[in-house]
Amino acid sequence: MSVIPSVHTRRFLPWRIDLRGRGDDGYLALAFLLAALVAMPFAALVWLAASGTSSNWTHLATTILPEASRVTLQLMLGVAILTGTFGVVTAWLVASFDFPGRRLFSWALVLPLAVPTYIAAYCFVEFLHFAGPVQSAIRAIFGLQSSRDYWFPDVRSLWGAILILSSVLYPYVYLTVRMVFLMQGRKAADVARTLGASQAAVFLKVLFPLARPAIAIGVSLALMESINDIGAVEFLGVRTLTFAVYSTWLNRGDLYGATQIALLMLAVIVMLVMVERFARRKQRFTLGRADRPQPGSEKLPGGKALLASAACALPILLGFAIPLLVLGDYALKRLDQLSDPQLWRALLHTVTLAGTTGLVTVAAGFMLAYGVRLTGSKRLLLMTRLAVLGYAVPGTVLAIGILIPLAGLDNWVDARMRAGFDVSTGLVLSGSGIAIVYAGFVRFMAMGHGSLESGFTKLSPHLDMAARTLGRSPGATLVEVLLPLMRPALLTAFLLVFVETSKELSATILLRPFDFETLATFVYAQTSRAAFEDGAVAALLIVLVGILPVAILNRSILSETARG
Amino acid sequence: MNRFRSARTALPFGLSLLVSATLAAPAAQAADVNIYTSRQPELIQPVLDAFTDETGLSTATIFIDKGLEERIKAEGANSPADLIMTVDIGRLDAAKQAGVVQPVDSAVLADNIPEQFRDSEKEWFALTARGRVVYASKERVDIDAISYEELADPKWKGRLCTRSGQHQYNIALIAAYIAHHGEEAARQWVTGLRDNLARRPEGGDRDQAKAIYAGECDVALGNTYYVGKMATNEREPEQKEWANAIRVIMPTFDNGRTHVNISGVSLAKNAPHEENAIKLMEFLSSDEAQKIYAELNYEYPVEPGIETSELVKSFGDLKPDTLPLDEIAAHRTKASEIVDEVNYDGGPQS
Repeated sequence: MSVIPSVHTRRFLPWRIDLRGRGDDGYLALAFLLAALVAMPFAALVWLAASGTSSNWTHLATTILPEASRVTLQLMLGVAILTGTFGVVTAWLVASFDFPGRRLFSWALVLPLAVPTYIAAYCFVEFLHFAGPVQSAIRAIFGLQSSRDYWFPDVRSLWGAILILSSVLYPYVYLTVRMVFLMQGRKAADVARTLGASQAAVFLKVLFPLARPAIAIGVSLALMESINDIGAVEFLGVRTLTFAVYSTWLNRGDLYGATQIALLMLAVIVMLVMVERFARRKQRFTLGRADRPQPGSEKLPGGKALLASAACALPILLGFAIPLLVLGDYALKRLDQLSDPQLWRALLHTVTLAGTTGLVTVAAGFMLAYGVRLTGSKRLLLMTRLAVLGYAVPGTVLAIGILIPLAGLDNWVDARMRAGFDVSTGLVLSGSGIAIVYAGFVRFMAMGHGSLESGFTKLSPHLDMAARTLGRSPGATLVEVLLPLMRPALLTAFLLVFVETSKELSATILLRPFDFETLATFVYAQTSRAAFEDGAVAALLIVLVGILPVAILNRSILSETARG
Repeated sequence: MNRFRSARTALPFGLSLLVSATLAAPAAQAADVNIYTSRQPELIQPVLDAFTDETGLSTATIFIDKGLEERIKAEGANSPADLIMTVDIGRLDAAKQAGVVQPVDSAVLADNIPEQFRDSEKEWFALTARGRVVYASKERVDIDAISYEELADPKWKGRLCTRSGQHQYNIALIAAYIAHHGEEAARQWVTGLRDNLARRPEGGDRDQAKAIYAGECDVALGNTYYVGKMATNEREPEQKEWANAIRVIMPTFDNGRTHVNISGVSLAKNAPHEENAIKLMEFLSSDEAQKIYAELNYEYPVEPGIETSELVKSFGDLKPDTLPLDEIAAHRTKASEIVDEVNYDGGPQS
């Protein structure tokens, strides 16, 4: 899969870069095939939802759905506001001002991305529960005994879920918005300052409107992850629609009804995405020239500087320091686990899976984005827009959508081979790691494709034309001109998918072959027998596996802005 | 022009091909007996190891807790699964209803496992049992017997804690209540439980013991083995204090018996190693395996005459309900609906 881009440069690039909308049919066909691969699990789910009638839609409609919809909407609203606030404020501060710790904050603010939501939830509960450090300290200070003697907010609540999810998901907003502030925003802000606008006015009237598309992209990624989450919300006792999907399926044996709810959720998300795009249909921001990203250098006075440092430290504390502290505490008592070969095999599997899924997804995302650039096909554009929706489907449900067609294909091939050649091919696709890579590819296309699409929009079509005029073949144009320019975007896409895959749990657990544990499934096996502590070492490894790519990611995004 | 320009470019592509090949290696038929399990591997591995020691047959496991039946169904005739091991009567029944298991005719199994603990159509066999009991605060609750019905009595108002009503262990208990008293009585009972809740249902069974320790509630519902696990947790000695804060009371229905749930095993419909698989099933019901189970996980062996661990003995005598387990399974959907209808997970209403 990963070699396809180089293949198509040879075979499928049209001889003329035609920007009016006609492109090479072969290339287009390939891109459509890819889009179809992404769409297949959804088709399987639609088929599943339609093939049986839910035993009890009246029950669903009257008792579960209204309440679950309300909770889900509140959760989405809360996560949107809080990730937006965390992300935009911190991006604004590190991009505009000079204050103590700015350099450190500018990359440390990305770190919470390495912490899976379900692990963050467990850590927060451990940290804030009755016997945890916070409440113990309160009791010690005030000489209290029982939890009935004082009031303490319950983190296992809707508000807790909003806080916890936002603490680890805001980096999506931070990353996208900071890039805008450093690039387009800097000059506009400087001009406004010169004309006498206050920093507050610059933020409200210049930077914020400029960053709106970036905020929308970051927030929608955070929202999709909140919607598909089951581990964290289940543990926190927040009954979202995804929780209803699982209870309908597992407790009432009604997979059809469960699939129907999942598809209903998807329909709502499609509508939201359309509304958002419609709302900013008139906005166009293009880059003039490529400049080095310039952080603002206005020095903040003492009190304000302290405040800025605190504002940046808060989300890092919540989304990274607390989980690390809790995990570290448990892990220190279990260092003997480090000699368990199973743990290292799980680490190897995790990195292999994440790397492969990253390459496959980026290659496919690249082809889709390039296909749209090359041909301007409206239908392809629509299909790529739909391709990013995999992220909004609960992982286990998506995994079933993958299992059914894949195993069906395997069995079909096997039957033909047995009949024709007396050879059994067995479950080549569905019984191997390929199924997991496929699941990751469908789930995380949103990350892969998003970065590449925005990378391409920044490259002027004149580049392609100039290269062609200077005698380069179409293949050479792609390899020598576009690929080097796209390298930062490719790296960003790869690293995002890598980090997401290394955290992935629900699809992996259903699709993996025998004795194939990843770090995430390792943690989950412990957690599901109510011994989260015993998974702490593996959980810490997940975070560590994520940190390196996250750090590289931060640098690559900065260098991307430098290249423009 | 189209060749890779440097090793730096070629390397990732080469690597990815290699990795793809590794991932694509057919993983089917991994061992002499292949097990799909929704029991955590740690809890069955010691028994499986004992089996391998005795017979020389290897085992391979995949831990899948959601969608196990769907996976086997999709895999169809080529499914590598020989055995399905699950917790909760609901999941065993779901596998049966999904048609992914087959009956086993074995004199050994029939001999080792009492009739009550195996499917009348021989499609599943229980291996261990656990009571769904009451954890009561040693400090604040002064009783040594209680009925399930009584838990809905207003005298417990603001004093009860449980995990989510939608959790399979609670669903099975409510289903048993329906089997005993009918749907309407069950709805009233669940409503009464809800009104007695001290807080919104959350966490797992251990968290309920923790809540009693913290003073948030006085009585809670939980499984027996969690108490054993907390009481012996050397790594987190704090959990010993939770266990120490509670007393286990065996609640009863009006027949004087306690609701139990099971873990069990079924033979997969298209098991490629049927003979070996049945050997393992028989081994799991043997004295040797049942003893390991009893010690390992503080569960009750299903084979009569096998001693429970000392700690489990201290809970008192468990008299398992004689209600057929498949009758409990049959009421699960209704139980789940009732939990939603009275908004049990919404917590106390006033």
